Amino acid sequence: MFKSVHDKPGKASDMTVFVNGAETAAWNGETVASVLLRAPGAERRSTVSGEPRLPYCQMGVCFECLVIVDGVASTQGCLVPVAPGMRIESQHGPREISK
Amino acid sequence: MTYDVVVIGAGPAGMSAAIQLRKAGIAVAAVDEQAAPGGQIWRGVERNAGPVSAALGADYQKGATLVEAFRDSGAEYLPATQVWQIEEGWNLFLTSEGKARRIKARAVLLANGAQERPVPFPGWTLPGVMTVGAAQILLKSGGMLPEGEVWIAGAGPLPLLYATQVLGLEGRIAGFLDTSKRPGLAALSSLPGAWRDIPGLLKGVRWLWDLKRSGRMVRGFSDLHAEGEGRLQHLQWRAGNEQRKVRADVLLVHEGVVPRIHETMALGCVHDWNSDQNYFSARLDQWGETSRPGLFVAGDAGGIGGWLAATLSGEIAALGIARYLGGSPDADSLRREAGLDERLSRARALRPFLDALYPPPAEHLADEVVVCRCEEVTAGQIRAVAKVSAPDPNAVKAATRCGMGPCQGRQCGYTVQALVAEVHGLPLADVSFFNIRPPLKPVTLGEIAALGDLEEA
Amino acid sequence: MDCDVIVIGAGVVGAALAYGLARKGRSVVVLDGADRDLRAARANFGLIWVQGKGSDAPAYSALTRQSSDLWPGFLNELSNISTSRVDYARPGGLVYCLSEMEYANRHAVNERTHNQGAQADTEMVSRVQLERMLPAVTLGPDVVGASYCRLDGHVNPLQLLAALHRAIAALGGKILFRNPIDRIMPVSGGFRVSVSDGTLQAPRVVVAAGLATPGLTEPLGLAMPLKSERGQILVTERVAPILPFPASGLRQSADGTVMIGATNEKIADTAVTAASATKLAQRATRIIPALGSARLVRQWAGLRVLPLDKTPIYAESSDHPGLFAVACHSGVTLAAAHTDVIAPAIANGRLPDDLAPFSNGRFNVQKCA
Repeated sequence: MFKSVHDKPGKASDMTVFVNGAETAAWNGETVASVLLRAPGAERRSTVSGEPRLPYCQMGVCFECLVIVDGVASTQGCLVPVAPGMRIESQHGPREISK
Repeated sequence: MTYDVVVIGAGPAGMSAAIQLRKAGIAVAAVDEQAAPGGQIWRGVERNAGPVSAALGADYQKGATLVEAFRDSGAEYLPATQVWQIEEGWNLFLTSEGKARRIKARAVLLANGAQERPVPFPGWTLPGVMTVGAAQILLKSGGMLPEGEVWIAGAGPLPLLYATQVLGLEGRIAGFLDTSKRPGLAALSSLPGAWRDIPGLLKGVRWLWDLKRSGRMVRGFSDLHAEGEGRLQHLQWRAGNEQRKVRADVLLVHEGVVPRIHETMALGCVHDWNSDQNYFSARLDQWGETSRPGLFVAGDAGGIGGWLAATLSGEIAALGIARYLGGSPDADSLRREAGLDERLSRARALRPFLDALYPPPAEHLADEVVVCRCEEVTAGQIRAVAKVSAPDPNAVKAATRCGMGPCQGRQCGYTVQALVAEVHGLPLADVSFFNIRPPLKPVTLGEIAALGDLEEA
Repeated sequence: MDCDVIVIGAGVVGAALAYGLARKGRSVVVLDGADRDLRAARANFGLIWVQGKGSDAPAYSALTRQSSDLWPGFLNELSNISTSRVDYARPGGLVYCLSEMEYANRHAVNERTHNQGAQADTEMVSRVQLERMLPAVTLGPDVVGASYCRLDGHVNPLQLLAALHRAIAALGGKILFRNPIDRIMPVSGGFRVSVSDGTLQAPRVVVAAGLATPGLTEPLGLAMPLKSERGQILVTERVAPILPFPASGLRQSADGTVMIGATNEKIADTAVTAASATKLAQRATRIIPALGSARLVRQWAGLRVLPLDKTPIYAESSDHPGLFAVACHSGVTLAAAHTDVIAPAIANGRLPDDLAPFSNGRFNVQKCA
């Protein structure tokens, strides 16, 4: 859906993150919510009907980018800059509370 | 930690105010949600260079100077930090890196800007549909360009600006669904002073002409639907008696911006209804002070005026705060000498024209459209409840859960207000907003518990 | 006369009474207050609670139990009439004990209530038993055990209120919103009140206006001694089901949100404070430490409507027959009794003798003692 202007053939990405376990190229300055729009299958499922959703506002007011970042659930992905090796997992429906 | 002033937001207004306050020797902390200063308008301005910076244009590049001055100002900068509660006195409860804490201040300046006006329509929750502002943030953050069949729908200066930026980076936009009132988007480009960025503007005008020729500049349409299985695949609309359908991978929407009001609402400040642009904003005195002494607002958070007006209102609020704290008996003369009021009224000169050109949309909302994205409440459910309750959005909220999700009514508030007004046949101004209470942003119970005994502290 | 009964107050107490009156065939008009009135009905926690209730007042204890038993039938009919969804469950309820002392105190409350013969349904459960009842969570180290009452349950109180409003309308009753009342005028054969488009007259008036009740009844000589207490409640984001039993101060709603409440504060405003939120969050995370990762999304504070001895007041004016007043703290638990017991009595024109322990006359007795 989106592609970085820095993403050129033969040029390495700035870093690699993991989206639902899959290695994903990421660029300096972008946020977790930005990566979600590029990674296949990164939709979350809404808490009521289970519809697929992707980030909508990118500025902290819609909460469509809620995601598990390095194990922390319900994180607003648009407020978290990417970091090398970051683990990003989709949150489907109501979040789980660990036992 | 106690400061003289806590500034919330490090965009044009917050940075300008912090710089000014520091010049007066006042101890300032500037709290911001983002990881770097600049606000949404100048997001990534310290990092972006080369073609991205060039495409973002001259107004964007101007932010670098202010950001540098802010960095050098001596204000304590608290980035990547959310404010989730403000108590009079003033106590501010913050969270960053998963830890909550409390700081204190003698005065507070809210400079937390605006958000895009949420405008629900059928299919607006589909993956692939997002706001123009969101797409522009993606461009500023990681140089992201939309791919495939990209459509823009809406009105206001931002869609044109964004389109010219995308074109400047060899991106492609398939078509534009212009919802503005005549004379339309093109008219704006002929306005002196509307755009300082002439090469970019010409690009935009060329683009509009191309679209018109190819029939992909759509005006006077209705019933826009975004459709697809699990993601956006098509757009449909009606033009006259014809139903049109196009392939679409990305739809970017924009219907103007509205001030952020959750903070002032939660603090019970007096608000006024802006009937030109249909939003509430806190009532401010000539120094930007709200009805709660010591609480100030500057920039778009106090009413939409754009970045230049925001920097000036930030400077004025800084003088007002210095005056409030007793440190600046000469605030009036400083204000005069700097010509702040003349400059502010020049910066706002275009606003009445823009407000008239881009009135808030008023298309009838179909019953099946989801209004509350979090709790997935439809317009039909809201109407059904509104019919049997008081003309009060809080009654709708109580009966439907609309506005109870994590966004805390930021996406559905004005739509619920409009539906309640519609059902009861009342003017919008006679219907209030949701009751807003902390937390202003979701915060974990663990963080709150770890604050310890606040009464003893 | 414009209707049989005017009910002042469209909260959960007034609405349950009005619904009960309408079911008895009475024509009712319910008057709701202003948008920003206190509205305890929108601030409560949603327990339908028997254990410990009225531990020193046998009649209250018995009425509570009666209402709790009436609830399933009451709700079934209400859902049908209102065609509304109301989340309700009666799996029994817990009171967590976070120290040996809390456990011993709770045990004593149960014994005392039990000795009145009113409640044989509450038992103490050990930590080990509790762990078996709550397989999805790990209890905090401070949890010693709990008391468990099989009669306890919970409901979505906002859905309950909305359903009552719809049911009143479905049965031909009327609710006039944004219609605060400042006085009730006795007239020949009944009472008159001002409404937004004129006046309204009826032979009977029921005042169920929460903390505003005394201000309306006392000018007519009907004393309603009330006090208030602030309660703050926290609500988290929706989480997958972890709490099969509602507990005093901690329950998971059918929507998945976890509710944590409530403070008892002698403060008369409804602002939420971080200090209170901290206390609530601390206790909840002592019970279930993993709740520390749940995000607080909403909170509010409301003012409890408390008769001085915490027992409900069902009162009838002796000077002005036909004037009734109702005030209680547990409008949700007692909703079924209000609809099925109190409303029919009002419909018949007088409160029966077995409700005498709830009359406002009891306060005069206390004063003399």
